Amino acid sequence: MYYFDPHIHMVSRTTDDYETLAKMGCVAMSEPAFWAGFDRGSVESFRDYFRQLTDFEPRRAAQYGVQHYTWLCINAKEAENVSLSREVIAMIPEFLDKPNVLGIGEIGLNKNTRNESRVFLEHLDLAARFRQQILIHTPHLEDKYQGTRMILDMLIGDSRIERSRVLVDHVEEHTVRTVLEEGFWAGMTLYPVTKCTPQRAADIIETYGPERLMVNSAGDWGPSKPTAVPDFILEMRRRGHPESLIRKIVYDNPLEFFSQSASFRFTAPELRGHS
Amino acid sequence: MIRQRAAMEILNREFLEIRCKVLELAAAFDRLERGSGGFDDDPRWRKVGEAIDVLRDDRGDRAERVQLIFSRPYAPQWRDEFALDRPE
Ligand SMILES: [Zn+2]
Repeated sequence: MYYFDPHIHMVSRTTDDYETLAKMGCVAMSEPAFWAGFDRGSVESFRDYFRQLTDFEPRRAAQYGVQHYTWLCINAKEAENVSLSREVIAMIPEFLDKPNVLGIGEIGLNKNTRNESRVFLEHLDLAARFRQQILIHTPHLEDKYQGTRMILDMLIGDSRIERSRVLVDHVEEHTVRTVLEEGFWAGMTLYPVTKCTPQRAADIIETYGPERLMVNSAGDWGPSKPTAVPDFILEMRRRGHPESLIRKIVYDNPLEFFSQSASFRFTAPELRGHS
Repeated sequence: MIRQRAAMEILNREFLEIRCKVLELAAAFDRLERGSGGFDDDPRWRKVGEAIDVLRDDRGDRAERVQLIFSRPYAPQWRDEFALDRPE
């Protein structure tokens, strides 16, 4: 089955991973800007990172027939540094016209602090001014519930934000309901130990249905599994769910959500090679 | 609507996995007990106890309720506490 991985950090993966993902049916992916594992020292580091995301990665992906899209921001961990965050936010518009940029992300909270909230609001303002879609990172473990509610408060508090153009990622059992009820899209991240398993993601689909829900691998530099979406597909098949339902979650939904981005151009694999 | 499977079908498929997870927990609790020094007052341990009580009750939504036990509380007035709407 063809699928999208709507949240995967390919800068941390090898070219072998692109090959494996392509063989497993991955035809497109979106890569939000995130934390590199260490705090970067200057706005120039981010400019180089954004060049990597908008130039190098799409070319590396294309070698395996995978279409690569990206989202730009300074992530919540580094947002504790408000002055650096403002320099990065001011620089982002230089890249918004690049052909693979879908919007602003992954913005969010990490430890749910005042500085993180301040920088989050400034990112929202940037997205609203440039009519960009938004991809949200919600915090992990004991901070997730509180942080997700705070993020929703800020999103709902800005009347310029169109909820159908916002994807709230890393939802779990205690956050998914509110995100969907408020009209946002929700992503489940299949990640060892700290996030969701393919089984629990399938449970959430069985509970809430497939509307506005997606699954992703997050595949990054931590212990993660870039092939987690195929694991979810297999779990859904083992439970006897129809292919049409599985395809909706891993292909149709990401396509519908991303299509709202002005720069989104996607060629379905069936149509490639035709002129 | 999404088709739900028969409970017996689920139990047949998952019994060994559930058994394995319960055994893992039992062994971890034994390990904790063998360790020196107490941990009864640790808030994390109290939360583990609360979570296990949830597994045994019949009120449903267990995964969601266990998640909430391990979550920091949300206070709707957080924005005022952060004075976010005031300039720096
Ligand atoms: Zn991420």
